[in-house]
Amino acid sequence: MPVNISTYQPFNLSLHLADNALILGHRNSEWTGHGPILEQDIAISNIALDLVGQARNFYQYAAKLMNESSVDGKENITEDTLAYHRDAWDFKNCLLVEQTNGDWAKTILRQFFFSLYQFYLYEQLQNSKDSTIAAISEKALKEVTYHVKWSSEWVIRLGDGTNESHERILKALDDLWKFTEELFIPADYELEAANKHVGIDPSLLKSKWFQKVIEIFEEATIPIDNLSGLHSIGFYGKEGKHSEHLGYILAEMQFVQRAYPNCEW
Amino acid sequence: MSNKDWPLWEVFIRSKQGLDHKHAGSLHAADAQMAIENARDVYTRRMEGISIWVVESKYIHASNPAEGSSFYDPANDKAYRHPTFYDLPDELRNM
Repeated sequence: MPVNISTYQPFNLSLHLADNALILGHRNSEWTGHGPILEQDIAISNIALDLVGQARNFYQYAAKLMNESSVDGKENITEDTLAYHRDAWDFKNCLLVEQTNGDWAKTILRQFFFSLYQFYLYEQLQNSKDSTIAAISEKALKEVTYHVKWSSEWVIRLGDGTNESHERILKALDDLWKFTEELFIPADYELEAANKHVGIDPSLLKSKWFQKVIEIFEEATIPIDNLSGLHSIGFYGKEGKHSEHLGYILAEMQFVQRAYPNCEW
Repeated sequence: MSNKDWPLWEVFIRSKQGLDHKHAGSLHAADAQMAIENARDVYTRRMEGISIWVVESKYIHASNPAEGSSFYDPANDKAYRHPTFYDLPDELRNM
């Protein structure tokens, strides 16, 4: 039976989860060939591939829901349609993942904040009433567990490393902290999905996340006095309001599909 | 953070069916933990293994190639060292 897709919560939630993973995966892929050392070039590229893989799973599910909801049954939406043929205001990713790579410290800290968030999120979504979302989350959780381990060890290594690495991670913190609050402020579709036990209210993850950040920061000798609370910049990528960076990402990422629709290689 | 500050490590991987760890290659890492993770990222991307050993390359001691002839050639004509002179009973498999 056709449903109204724009208000169907598994659809919006899948799209949000896919957009988060795709945009950070794309950002990380910008390091491929430019990593500080070959082994870490491969490590960050592996994480990029994990994230793009998660994005594909969620896009495929969202596309399936869209096709099923079409009244005449003639829609032919694919994962590529959703990744390459939507504009910035349609993207529901949070602001954190679209921020520029900066130096290695900024990339690491962005990964740490986001992977830790994904970890607690997927842990809960494994129990989603929507069996597809539950299954994708369960699979992704294994990958994210490693991302958390890898990125937190790097945060410690940089924070408790040389004077320069310490300064760089502090600078990264200054750049990124303001994008953390958004992770825990639920968008409408998140709350509605939570009410239907399809999703969860992300504000419930905040204290666990914050606690773990403090724990890692203490080990990394990163001062935590200023982290009295999370900060927000007042608009939310989750709701389609993005920083200037997303447009540039999409311009590069979508160019080939826009110029040569449905091309394959 | 240059390459020369990070020591070289040798990586040994045991595959799912394998009984022993086999040398897979080498890599750079700052410490053992990073070496294991780098090995995971570099050498197990295609399901190559389920167990990783790493050892700093400086702890590997190797035989001297120049001594090859005195080391290995004498074994050349000792065919009796191979257990090929026994008739195996049919019931015995896996030899």
